Amino acid sequence: MTEPAGPPGTDRTSARRGAGGGRTLFDKVWDAHVVRSGGDEPDLLYIDLHLVHEVTSPQAFDGLRLGGRGVRRPDLTVATADHNVPTTGDVVTDPVSRRQLEVLDANCAEFGIRCFPMGDANQGIVHVIGPELGLTQPGMTVVCGDSHTSTHGAFGALAVGIGTSEVEHVLATQTLPQVRPSSMAVTIEGTPPEGVTAKDYALSVIGRIGTGGGFGHVVEYRGDAVRALSMEGRMTLCNMTIEAGARAGMVAPDDTTFAYVEGRAYAPSGAAWDEALDWWRTLPTDDGASFFKEVHLDAPAIAPHVTWGTNPAQVVPIDGVVPDPDEFADAAARDAAARALAYMGLVARTPVREIAVDTVFLGSCTNSRLEDLRLAAGVLEGRHVRDGVRALVVPGSHRVKAQAEAEGLDKVFLAAGFEWRQPGCSMCLGMNPDQLAPGERCASTSNRNFEGRQGRGGRTHLVSPAVAAATAVAGHFATPADLPEQGAR
Amino acid sequence: MRPVAVVSGRAAPLDRSDVDTDQIIPSEWLKRVERTGFGKGLFAEWRDDRSFVLNDPAHAGATVLVAASNFGTGSSREHAVWALLDYGFEAVVATSFGDIFRNNCTKQGLIPVQVSPDVDRAVLDAVASDPTLLVTIDVERSTIECGDVLATFSLDEFTRQRLLNGWDDIGLTLRHADDITAFEGERAAWLPSVSS
Repeated sequence: MTEPAGPPGTDRTSARRGAGGGRTLFDKVWDAHVVRSGGDEPDLLYIDLHLVHEVTSPQAFDGLRLGGRGVRRPDLTVATADHNVPTTGDVVTDPVSRRQLEVLDANCAEFGIRCFPMGDANQGIVHVIGPELGLTQPGMTVVCGDSHTSTHGAFGALAVGIGTSEVEHVLATQTLPQVRPSSMAVTIEGTPPEGVTAKDYALSVIGRIGTGGGFGHVVEYRGDAVRALSMEGRMTLCNMTIEAGARAGMVAPDDTTFAYVEGRAYAPSGAAWDEALDWWRTLPTDDGASFFKEVHLDAPAIAPHVTWGTNPAQVVPIDGVVPDPDEFADAAARDAAARALAYMGLVARTPVREIAVDTVFLGSCTNSRLEDLRLAAGVLEGRHVRDGVRALVVPGSHRVKAQAEAEGLDKVFLAAGFEWRQPGCSMCLGMNPDQLAPGERCASTSNRNFEGRQGRGGRTHLVSPAVAAATAVAGHFATPADLPEQGAR
Repeated sequence: MRPVAVVSGRAAPLDRSDVDTDQIIPSEWLKRVERTGFGKGLFAEWRDDRSFVLNDPAHAGATVLVAASNFGTGSSREHAVWALLDYGFEAVVATSFGDIFRNNCTKQGLIPVQVSPDVDRAVLDAVASDPTLLVTIDVERSTIECGDVLATFSLDEFTRQRLLNGWDDIGLTLRHADDITAFEGERAAWLPSVSS
């Protein structure tokens, strides 16, 4: 068994090994970050990167001031504005949102933290900019006051979402006391059908194991179908891990990872790159390591998925129908399904393809990266959004937006009748003016279909970028294969 | 954090699974930079429904919320905990909790009482049929008592001591400042760092 070469810290724990004798990716990253363990206290983990945004940080900075404490490592802390920012123009009309953005700027200035504010070339959704700046690297510990921090696990980092008290804790100490989770393997093997994406893997996994299926576990995604994913696809998969209740999602770093990281602004270079690479190559799970829980999926059997309810586990393949609550054996699931159908305004047994939408949202930390935009634009080339459907694209960051524009993707979207917006979290949670009206139905590439998530009374269906684009054209749920030939309207 | 040893009060039954933090406190409320005043936003959308349990005068003044499975799933917003506390809840009973929500609870002194489905069902039914029934949660003994129901709930020792003593988490960690400094001395120089 290969031990980690040393960095980031000396391995101070008695490495916990599975029955098979080896250690998992998760074990290795955890063990390399234990500052201390023992007694009645949970392990104290060192945090390599702390990402901060405007919504979950103001009270944490207040706490520091109240306690007379400073930020221990401003150099390991990076902030950006994403949740509140408008996606049309640069004027924040809501005074409460504006104040929150101003408070972030002021706090970062006071505590010496690098901030990428609204309009900055590096600004964007926090989980998009970390990777694209090369701040997210294999084997690191990453935290952020945002549940979708799990996204960064795509690099083989241990990345967890935290609350505001924990944000304050990390600002003050650069550490976090953590109870060690168990490890779980989700293995996806085989070649998926045409048009099936990482988003469909994610929805399929959550549908299978449920919203609590990952409780107390860190999920490692394995198998050749996962290895075949781009970094963007891996980020989508890890991003949604939190929706299965897991602590984090991870993918072992490999040549795809290294090729993505190399050359980015904060990636190591020269001799440091070689040193980093030597350690990163030791991180994948050892042969013979065991997991506490294992789930297997066959990629060839996975279809494009569409959620029908108000949690991400309430999902079916697009070929399916809206389920009948009476089909659920479990009373709680039956009750939840009936409540969801009432909220969603759906009738049991309606074929998914017959459900018409008012809005299509392409964006969020789940699916707003260049690959997502390219995929959707490919579907939209020579086609047009159905009359009466409002469709918007919100790139994940200014860098994504600039690159997409350099490739002419904006023109494809605009010609198809989509709105081309400024980067931010936007309609994923509707903290800015991008919201659904009550009763409006949306095909959304985001991560949560909770009641009111995209606006009070709004109805959200989670889909992949390919299904979102095809649905915008058809006016009802569709895959690209369902559409008439391109240009043959 | 103020110490919490025993919570005893009337309960509000919220017999739903997967109550996410977007329901507990809608995102509209997250724009505020203060830590107080979130009680008004608690379950804001559901409170428009006159039959919602918090609108039922029989359950007015409840200090214990009894839910079903996966309570507090979703977003990491600690505002959900601030809203529950500000409204007057001191403990939440459920068969399971969203991980981050549970952590947030223990940092603020809102007791997450994780019980078996049988106990949860018994408590839900008991307080629904008799809203005057007292639910008593004892952190020291890790017990929940309600009418004929007496059960234990799981709480790790570290969290239990923190709740009982009202310890400041950051203060506890800073006892290990020397260990943190030693660890920092051994971190690889190539790890990313950012200048302001």
